[in-house]
Amino acid sequence: MSLPTIFAAVVGLLVLACVGVLIGRTRRAQWIVYGGSLLACAIVAAIATAHLLGAAEPATLTLPLGLPWLGAHFRLDALSAFFLIVIAFGGAVASLYALGYGRHEETPERVLPFYPAFLAGMTLVLLADDAFSFLFSWEFMSLSSWALVMAHHLSRANLHAGYVYLVMASLGTLALLLAFGLLAGPDGGYAFATMRGSHPSPTVTAFVLGLALVGAGSKAGLVPLNAWLPLAHPAAPSQVSALMSGVMTKVAVYGFVRIVFDLLGPPAWWWGLVVLPIAGVTCVLGVLYALMQHDLKRLLAYHTVENLGIIFIGLGLALAFEAHGMTWAAALALTAALLHVFNHSIFKSLLFFGAGAVLTSTGERDMEHLGGLIRRMPLTAFAFLVGCVAISALPPLNGFVSEWLTFQAILLSPQLPPWSLKFLVPAVGALLALSAALAAACFVKAFGVTFLGRPRSGAAERAHEADRFSLTAMFLLSGLCLLAGIVPGFFIDALGPVSHALIGARMPQQSSVPYLSIVPIAESRSSYNGLLVFLFMMFSATFAVVAIHRLASNRLRRAPAWDCGYPGLGSAAQYTASSFAQPIRRVFGTLLFGAREHVDMPPPGDVRPARLEVELHDPVWDTFYAPVARAVAVAAERLNIMQSLTIRRYLTFVFAALVGLLLVLAIWP
Amino acid sequence: MMVNLAVQGAQMALVLLLAPLLTGFMRKIKARLLRRQGPPLLQPYRDLIRLLRKDVVLAENASWLFRAAPYVIFAATWVAASLVPTFRTGLLFSWTADLIAIIALLGSARFFLALAGLDVGTSFGGIGSSREVMIASLAEPAMLMIVFTLALVAGSTQLSTMAGFLVSSEVGLRVSLGLALIALIMVAIAENARIPVDNPATHLELTMVHEAMVLEYSGRHLALIEISAALKLLLYVSLIACIFVPWGLASTHATAEGIAISLFAYLLKLGLGGFLLGVFETSIAKMRVFRVPEFLGAALMLGLLATLLLFVSRSL
Repeated sequence: MSLPTIFAAVVGLLVLACVGVLIGRTRRAQWIVYGGSLLACAIVAAIATAHLLGAAEPATLTLPLGLPWLGAHFRLDALSAFFLIVIAFGGAVASLYALGYGRHEETPERVLPFYPAFLAGMTLVLLADDAFSFLFSWEFMSLSSWALVMAHHLSRANLHAGYVYLVMASLGTLALLLAFGLLAGPDGGYAFATMRGSHPSPTVTAFVLGLALVGAGSKAGLVPLNAWLPLAHPAAPSQVSALMSGVMTKVAVYGFVRIVFDLLGPPAWWWGLVVLPIAGVTCVLGVLYALMQHDLKRLLAYHTVENLGIIFIGLGLALAFEAHGMTWAAALALTAALLHVFNHSIFKSLLFFGAGAVLTSTGERDMEHLGGLIRRMPLTAFAFLVGCVAISALPPLNGFVSEWLTFQAILLSPQLPPWSLKFLVPAVGALLALSAALAAACFVKAFGVTFLGRPRSGAAERAHEADRFSLTAMFLLSGLCLLAGIVPGFFIDALGPVSHALIGARMPQQSSVPYLSIVPIAESRSSYNGLLVFLFMMFSATFAVVAIHRLASNRLRRAPAWDCGYPGLGSAAQYTASSFAQPIRRVFGTLLFGAREHVDMPPPGDVRPARLEVELHDPVWDTFYAPVARAVAVAAERLNIMQSLTIRRYLTFVFAALVGLLLVLAIWP
Repeated sequence: MMVNLAVQGAQMALVLLLAPLLTGFMRKIKARLLRRQGPPLLQPYRDLIRLLRKDVVLAENASWLFRAAPYVIFAATWVAASLVPTFRTGLLFSWTADLIAIIALLGSARFFLALAGLDVGTSFGGIGSSREVMIASLAEPAMLMIVFTLALVAGSTQLSTMAGFLVSSEVGLRVSLGLALIALIMVAIAENARIPVDNPATHLELTMVHEAMVLEYSGRHLALIEISAALKLLLYVSLIACIFVPWGLASTHATAEGIAISLFAYLLKLGLGGFLLGVFETSIAKMRVFRVPEFLGAALMLGLLATLLLFVSRSL
């Protein structure tokens, strides 16, 4: 019963897409499309939640679509139910937000048709149970999101972003296509059920692992496949940025988990060895990139790269543990990763909503032109602050819980026998710790420069509070950040069926632990109680407030800022986004990004202003992309002579190619 | 249960009462080493009371965050400090937060302090916040590496279990613990804004970090910030004491007499810690700001090395 209802919702979304095409320009279309998407997503989320919590048996459905001899297989099991919750809930909240935010859209006819299609595509990826439906839905998702990235196509930067995204998405799909081709084997068993039953040789599994990493990693933004992500995510309208960053990257994680944990069979000992270093480097590079940005939405997009790194650290550890028979530890690592998937989808959506509210209110994404918004938009500022604390992994909010679980998993890894892992895992742990600390720095900057201080432009001075729909969506997510932070046990328990289905073990039941603590392994080893930490902090703060106001003083005077005796400097004398990051840029960026500062100081008597220019290089772009781009350009240049030949010459080429291919076929053993 | 609750309450009151004393004691030691008379031992208490009674002078454009931050900072630091065993293990709420969570609680406090530095929009606040997060971005991972080391030795991230294990005779001298101790001292110096990383007594604009962030605070807000700083110092000294010199720490079965002895031992450890830190601070000059990353990078590497040793062999 559950699957047909989800399909009805998907069909509804596709109908909404058609509505968007037909009447996208009208005012009513906004309400219909976003309201309808909200409804459809809410239905899907409710069904998926019921499926996961009820620990229901997998439901399957075969439709006479797709390849004629295969049909389209769909299946709803614990793994897809969990990811469906993430996607459908994220979609529902984004639609709610868009009910208010979408009104500011100048060209709604470019957004409305693709938005529900994008949601439908993501839902179908999660349900697909054969390679053809999976790849078809995946490509559908990629193309509809590409169309959304190109919604504001008049800006040159967005055109570039769309182009890079299209190239990278094609690369990812190609890799997945090859991976499924290898998994299907020579008999062409494209149904996932057949793939689960087959046992490919070690060489084939190695290739499939690599291809899955490239295919899913390019969507998830793993270094070095991250180049498109910070360009494309911010280019789209904010509700779509939230969906792309908070939700679509999770579809990529799903693709990786589905292929590697489910279809590929039991892991070999070295799989973790491949995944962990990539994930660790992704973590640190992602957050350092984010720290160097002064465009708020781009900062958030770069930071997504870091969080995907954290998720993949959990997945890599789970692979390593599972390969060595420590399934209980694998369950811990996998649960940590999945919990972070859920948490990240919440706070990243929240932060993008906040950035969108700032953008509509001021017309600015550049933090150097913002500041002081906490006074003009106090509610948005509060919600954004909750998101910042959560994403910086600070207790008592939810980001801390999943990172804490990941740390606990790392502390179990000395029991892994291979020496290479013994050396690698502590280093990855250090990278994770470093990225956690840098994330806090990054969000002090993001919140501090945007919302605190004095306005740096007229637009920031005239900012106004966001509309009610946007605020409702943001406060809903803030509440969930707190809830998942103080009672994480329920969320961990809900993930039990997923980890049981994938690795045959689950974390111990948490809701039976007294006082709602979480105890991953044993109480003497480690435990954490978010609820008590929260209550404890509330008690201490209230105690301090009451005691001081009652017993000491509660008087307050307003006066000009003291500033060490230099008051009255203009708002230009404040720290900016770039100057805030300067110490960290010097410490980490000199080596990694080749950061240089050029000071142009005019001589005495010259009245032109002094200039400070910062030069940054992107090591990933320079090493991996620029050579490829250059090679393509050179090849195109060389092949240019073949563009305008006579028909005779072309026919000769065709003949030569035919002879060559036949020769190959003849010689082939 | 009731006994544990009483001990937990006593611990919360004890850290709050002792924290200014430790600060006063250190100031006295430093002054005596410079052959000055120095302020009386109880001066920090007087300062706090005086600040609490004064009006708050708030910058005109300060937001609600600026006013709320001192309470958040104080609450987070106080909770963290009351979860570190001082004179008796088996605190009632010790299972609430393990050492990783305690470090993260201090991180929360720092997060809000750095935000408060940016709130008024002065250049000094900005300089303080930006340097503070740079220092924290290295000090926190170093601290986590130390936590990893201790957790791998003791098989637990729970502080009470850790202290209980380390006081038992089966530990012995270990290379990894030695490295962790050095790293922890370096981190403690940086986290508490002591010389050579920062100077708590300076108001020379270009060198200050912590003081620059709190420049706009006055009255009761400043008092809360000051007591939080004192609590943090006490927390780090207690942490070093309970992990590396756990002798005298009363267990859960201790009698009243045992608790009296352990309380005395704790005071002795605090005094010794304060004395050593005072001597160290007097004998060294402050570093340039961009030397600090090298100092903390060394702490991070020591912590990583200690962890690596334990991954290779549990007995190192």
